[in-house]
Amino acid sequence: MKNTARILSIYASDTSGVCSMLYELGGLVVVHDASGCNSTYSTHDEPRWYGQDSMIYISALTETDMIFGGDGKLIGDTLEAIRTLSPRFAVLCGSPMPMLTGTDFDAVAAEVEAKAGIPVLPLHTNGMRSYLSGASEALTALLGRFCSPETEAGRSGRIPVNILGATPLDFSRSEQIGSIRSILTSAGFEIVSVMAMGSNLEEIAGAGRARVNLVISSSGLAAAEYLRRKFGTPWVAGVPYGEKTSQALTRKLKESAESGENFPFCSDRIELDEGQSVLIVGESVNAGSLAKAAREDLGIPARAGIPDALQPVLAAPHDRILTDEDDAALAFAESSGVAADPLFAPVCPESIPFYRLPHEAFSGRCFRERIPNLMGGGLTRRLFESC
Amino acid sequence: MLKRAYGPGDMSGAEVRIGQAAFPAPFASGLEFSSPARGVWNIVHTGMLIPGAHQIYICARGCLRGVILTAAEMNAMERMSWVALEETDLFDGRLETGIEEGVAHILRGMKRRPPCVLVFISCVQQFSGLDFPHVLGRLRAQFPETDFVDCYMNPTMRKSGPTPDQIMRRQLYAPLKRPEKRDPRAVSMIGNDLGLDPECELVRMIRENGYDYRDITLCRTYEEYKSLAESALLLTTIPAAVHGASILAERLGVRHLDMTMSCSPESIESSLKLLAEALALPEPDFRKGREQAEEALRAAKEEIGDTPIALDYTAVPRPVSLARLLLDRGFRVTRIHADVFLPEERNDFEYLRKTHPELTVSAAVHAKMRFAPRFAETGNGVLAIGQKAAWFCGTRHFVNIVSGGGLYGYSGLVRLAGLMRDAFRNEKNTEEVIRRKGFGCESCLT
Repeated sequence: MKNTARILSIYASDTSGVCSMLYELGGLVVVHDASGCNSTYSTHDEPRWYGQDSMIYISALTETDMIFGGDGKLIGDTLEAIRTLSPRFAVLCGSPMPMLTGTDFDAVAAEVEAKAGIPVLPLHTNGMRSYLSGASEALTALLGRFCSPETEAGRSGRIPVNILGATPLDFSRSEQIGSIRSILTSAGFEIVSVMAMGSNLEEIAGAGRARVNLVISSSGLAAAEYLRRKFGTPWVAGVPYGEKTSQALTRKLKESAESGENFPFCSDRIELDEGQSVLIVGESVNAGSLAKAAREDLGIPARAGIPDALQPVLAAPHDRILTDEDDAALAFAESSGVAADPLFAPVCPESIPFYRLPHEAFSGRCFRERIPNLMGGGLTRRLFESC
Repeated sequence: MLKRAYGPGDMSGAEVRIGQAAFPAPFASGLEFSSPARGVWNIVHTGMLIPGAHQIYICARGCLRGVILTAAEMNAMERMSWVALEETDLFDGRLETGIEEGVAHILRGMKRRPPCVLVFISCVQQFSGLDFPHVLGRLRAQFPETDFVDCYMNPTMRKSGPTPDQIMRRQLYAPLKRPEKRDPRAVSMIGNDLGLDPECELVRMIRENGYDYRDITLCRTYEEYKSLAESALLLTTIPAAVHGASILAERLGVRHLDMTMSCSPESIESSLKLLAEALALPEPDFRKGREQAEEALRAAKEEIGDTPIALDYTAVPRPVSLARLLLDRGFRVTRIHADVFLPEERNDFEYLRKTHPELTVSAAVHAKMRFAPRFAETGNGVLAIGQKAAWFCGTRHFVNIVSGGGLYGYSGLVRLAGLMRDAFRNEKNTEEVIRRKGFGCESCLT
């Protein structure tokens, strides 16, 4: 049954995606929701919360605010926080209750901006959608507001590239992003920015310098399309898993930089027979890229199982959309093996090998320390040996 | 990295000397921060206290995420299910039907039906006028052998009463019905997450006089849980449980005693005298317990000396009372972390305002607390009581208790003094300890 689960977990929501994408950029993020609701994000979706300061807050919405109209309080409290914390910019985003009463975030943001004198971005989350949609809207809005029209290329002789769609929800361990940087640098690229882990607002504002963009999760696709429209920069969607596949990805990036053509590397895979392939469950660019690397580096036939926020261009025809718990169980039973977050294991038949592939966006911090770094040569057959 | 816009000294609005602090809410409301201390129980932990009960949440994805991963971290996913709300569910006229179908689908898919199902709805359904009794009525008709309990995850009502915490502690006992036969020698504790120390005066007074002491934290089966209703007397020791216990007492037709106490000897003794009267016992002799507590506190003071002490509202239900107890015995309490105080704290608050006006009251959720000068100003030289105080002070020396930690009476003070000495001597890995949800619950975190 759609939207129903007896035992499975659930993916993070759009508000978490917003916060995760903007965490490091010096902005004030206000989620218009009830007191205490920020603990879900700060506990389960944000590995940086303990050790790295950020300005992510909740508005402490009450039923009285909803009944009598609480926009004045939201505006006043946001202005007060801007006054005392001096953020670079502010973001206002919604949750289920403001959606129900129709809070006009565009108007609220405009009023706060007029009074505070800093950029204030309205985002249209409602706590009911995927983290990928929230992160995507946040990044696109950020670029729309801050991206400099300057497109002067660097003088390093390297190909400038942005990495789009980086949040700890999909790349929980910072080594993963470090490895992607390293693979690209070794292949002759200059990293302009990583959106948004490890780059500051100025680096992101200079994104127009890049000659090609690498989309490493579907939350980066809309931003890539924006940069395409604004600067004509092409994108390639893929994560550099496996040694051979990483090399193929960097070659494709260079080709795209030359040709100006987009390329969905993660979904460029050969047709497979369902029953003879391993189902790799996760975010579409990651799962698709890993399926490609499993086939091309290790000779293991694999396809992607995509449970959340599908972007059709990022999926191959033989990938499996997992609509609900019952459907996931059926898809697992039809596969030769399943690589998925350990919280999917209860619906995998005992006869089907289950390979543990923890994913922060699904299981939070439960298995964080066991998330593998499979970039480049980090992908070996071992992933498909440990049931 | 974020550039800090102000220096460590500028915490105005987020902290205040008690001499100038307003009661019960010293700080203006505004945007709120969530510190990484996670030991306080939430509705999932509390609901799991009913043996064999299954929890089903019907709400938006963002709300589901926190409760589901609470269950995942306590290795209890087999007792947790959900139905996710989407926008259309609120507008298509199927709000009730969708819940009924989703819950029924989940239950039919279970190999073994649970004896009790806690069905949680959230703010949006309440705001939309969901006919929850109708939904539960239809579910009861389909599954007559199951106790369905209406439960609520409605944090928008967190600042109006009864609070979600009070409501949860009320609904936790909703399946208890007036029994055919009462047990006059049984006493039931109501509303505690953590069992009281069996060596405390309260439990010993009950057991040593031939009464059966019952508590949901001690129940191993659903039948044992249901037998809580047979007791002739209900007790509470935490303020959040009083609302539910008084309603339960009326429903069961028994007496309820509010044994919530402050840390003062007068309060401890008056609470226990109430119990003795209710059980028709002779007045207890408190001298030995009082002397032991005072001696333990003297020894702790001698060892801890003038080390600054910070405490918070999550450690004990009445932090001002604890601060008063310690200050009166020479400890150097410098800071209380709390956003609001219970009405019962007023006398202690007024007392400290006069006797220790320099004591700092510090917020926990104020936006500036994200930037509390954790290591620069205080650092490891502070002894904290409570997880939030430990984090805000940046100390590794702290007493790790939540909601009173099961401590009660003079024996509780003896144990607290011991925990303070232990915390003074030994460091803890603060991050590893405080990030675990639900103090005392199983955790998958290493």
